[in-house]
Amino acid sequence: MKRLLAILMCLLMVLSIVGCQSGAKSDAKEEAPFKVGAVLVGDENEGYTYAHIEGIKGALKRLGLSEENVIWKYTVGETEACYDACVDCVAKGAKLVITNSYGHQSFCEQAAAKYPDVEFVAMTGDTAKKSGLANFHNAFTNIYEARYVGGVVAGMKLQQLIDEGKVEDKNKDGENIKIGYVGAYPYAEVVSGYTAFYLGIKSVVPNVVMDVQYTNSWFNITAESEAAKALIERGCIIIGQHADSTGAPATCEEYLTKKNTTVYSVGYNVDMLANAPTAALTSPTNEWVEYYTYAIGAVLKGEKFDTNWAKGFADDAVAVTKLGPSCAPGTQEKVDELIAAFKAGKLNVFDTNTFTVGGVKVEEAFATDTDGDWVNDADNAVFDGYYHESYFQSAPSFSLRIDGITELN
Amino acid sequence: MHISKRDGIATWKAWLIRLIAVLIALVVAGFVIMMVGSMRGVSLNPIKVYMSMADGAFGTSSSWMITKMRSWITIRDCMILTCIAIGLAPAFKMRFWNIGAEGQMLVGAIGAAFCMINLAGKVPTPVLFLCMVVFAILAGAFWGFIPGFFKARWNTNETLFTLMMNYIAIQLTSFCVALWEYPPGSNSVGTINGAGKPNTYIGWIGNLFKKGFDDDYMIVVLIVLFLAALMYIYLRYTKQGYEIAVVGESENTARYSGIRVPYVYMRTMAISGAICGFAGFLAVSAVSRTISIDTAGGRGFTAIIVAWLAKMNPFVMIGISALLTFMSKGAIQIASDFGLNEYVSQIITGIILFFILGCEFFLNYQVHFGKQKQ
Repeated sequence: MKRLLAILMCLLMVLSIVGCQSGAKSDAKEEAPFKVGAVLVGDENEGYTYAHIEGIKGALKRLGLSEENVIWKYTVGETEACYDACVDCVAKGAKLVITNSYGHQSFCEQAAAKYPDVEFVAMTGDTAKKSGLANFHNAFTNIYEARYVGGVVAGMKLQQLIDEGKVEDKNKDGENIKIGYVGAYPYAEVVSGYTAFYLGIKSVVPNVVMDVQYTNSWFNITAESEAAKALIERGCIIIGQHADSTGAPATCEEYLTKKNTTVYSVGYNVDMLANAPTAALTSPTNEWVEYYTYAIGAVLKGEKFDTNWAKGFADDAVAVTKLGPSCAPGTQEKVDELIAAFKAGKLNVFDTNTFTVGGVKVEEAFATDTDGDWVNDADNAVFDGYYHESYFQSAPSFSLRIDGITELN
Repeated sequence: MHISKRDGIATWKAWLIRLIAVLIALVVAGFVIMMVGSMRGVSLNPIKVYMSMADGAFGTSSSWMITKMRSWITIRDCMILTCIAIGLAPAFKMRFWNIGAEGQMLVGAIGAAFCMINLAGKVPTPVLFLCMVVFAILAGAFWGFIPGFFKARWNTNETLFTLMMNYIAIQLTSFCVALWEYPPGSNSVGTINGAGKPNTYIGWIGNLFKKGFDDDYMIVVLIVLFLAALMYIYLRYTKQGYEIAVVGESENTARYSGIRVPYVYMRTMAISGAICGFAGFLAVSAVSRTISIDTAGGRGFTAIIVAWLAKMNPFVMIGISALLTFMSKGAIQIASDFGLNEYVSQIITGIILFFILGCEFFLNYQVHFGKQKQ
């Protein structure tokens, strides 16, 4: 027993000596003057957060900063852990703290109220304007523009399928062709996204109807896969998504290549070609680097920056990923044309001439909630012939359920 | 080599063995860390990793502000964990395997959140706090009483029963989150009465004695220390505590000596649930100020280890909780400092727990090396 103990003690001592020696070299860390806190809901293994990490890194590069200037906080849940992480960043000298998940927002706001000298950004959030806090910001992209383009890509594929006679009876509901959408939660951000996607397809193939299946999670491979399966079984021939995993594209690939079912997928956030080489057409993505460059740059220079920020193709803040090999011929040209139209301000996604609600053209739809009941009651966003999405606040506000789209759950 | 059961062991010897176990665990975990490092092509120094863990829990390598803040968070989480373990103590002492602390804590949290959402601004703040505490305790007590009642009446298996009750509580919490979500459709309640909302900071226990908002967790510490003392006295010096001990040792002896065993089951489980429910109140009012299925966050299960390792001694529980909280805080820091996945630190926690639990063997049994002497 004694001998065993002696051996262990020796081992421990040797280890600690080795430890001290190598520790001494790199321990001399200098406190960098400028710090940004990044409070992230996931880590680089999760597509949504990965895109944010890449965005922040890109912004640092453009601004001549390095990763030494960032305090990373990975896998921070949507609980008090988020508040703790924000405060920790402040204590570490952060001048700007970014939280990247919607559920982080109220904790971020809490930290903003407590530390008025530090700027806070709740990405994809929607309460900054109402909070009245000068140091609390929201930001989003006009992702609906990219979703619209994704819809057009899918629409052109659908037209090709029609021309080739590959649309079967099971894919039809009367005269209309069925498409599907895997959504996360039934609120404005998702509604706005699937409506844009639907209108994109409809601009190419007018006789389409869409079923939406919610998963009630932002990231759940199994649930997204199940939802896609249910939609395909219903006869949907195109599957779009607003959820973060590769579940839906992979399922489409399986049906397309192994079960001889015609179905194609439009992803989200990341290129899905690795998971669905034949079924994936493209994915709308956010180019967060644009915003991060703007916000970090502003704080670096000590300037004020927008409480609400939302930009689209015009500022390269959104994009669609490389088109898959299955896309219809001429798709790339069409995509370039659409992006040029967005850049020129000639294309409006929510053109009130292209959709109806209850059979009626929309004249009025509010974008802001003023009394705190989460029912929008101010700022009519419908003017100049279209719904002005992300105009009054950065987060999407379009929550009309338009004709032709059915929510299944 | 042969093994024999110990008759008893000196306290200092017992603690020495535990200390050695922790040290061996750190050495083994050190090798694992180096292995992980070499797999990723970086040289990770275990000592630095441990220093980083200490930094995560207590902010040891940073400014005083960080030290103070991180220490408070660690102390706070340690106290909540201790509170749940205290709740488990009487049930475990009775050999009633209550693994339903997670659920009992959640229903307590629901009770507290319900009052916070619906009564804030409508009743005076002291009344609100009273309601929150009472609702949380009653909800938790009810949730604990049910398996106690079934055990007393039909001798159901309490392990399975309390476990299942957790899942019901989790679903119930999901339901309430959907009911109270803010904004609708977001699947999140957000900070209840937080900044920028009506009734700002009402029902936040850190603000009981002062206006505005401050991170004050002293009150949590005081409450839990008080509870620990109370439970210590209850188990050791009261008639009910003695009854619990007797029922735990032998149900037949208890019956023979005139203890109403079914009644003791129900009463003890109600008390156990009530304290876990109270922990739910603390979690909502003092810490998270929101409710979600993560409000308990697995702590109801971790507390089982705490209570068990502490042998139902509430004061030892504080130490065990501190160790476990330290590990989990350190885990997050490692992930951030070394670009490691958080799971690596969970591996370390697992290794250390394995050794601590394993050393109990050496406390109960004696290992003789060499030839057996008669």
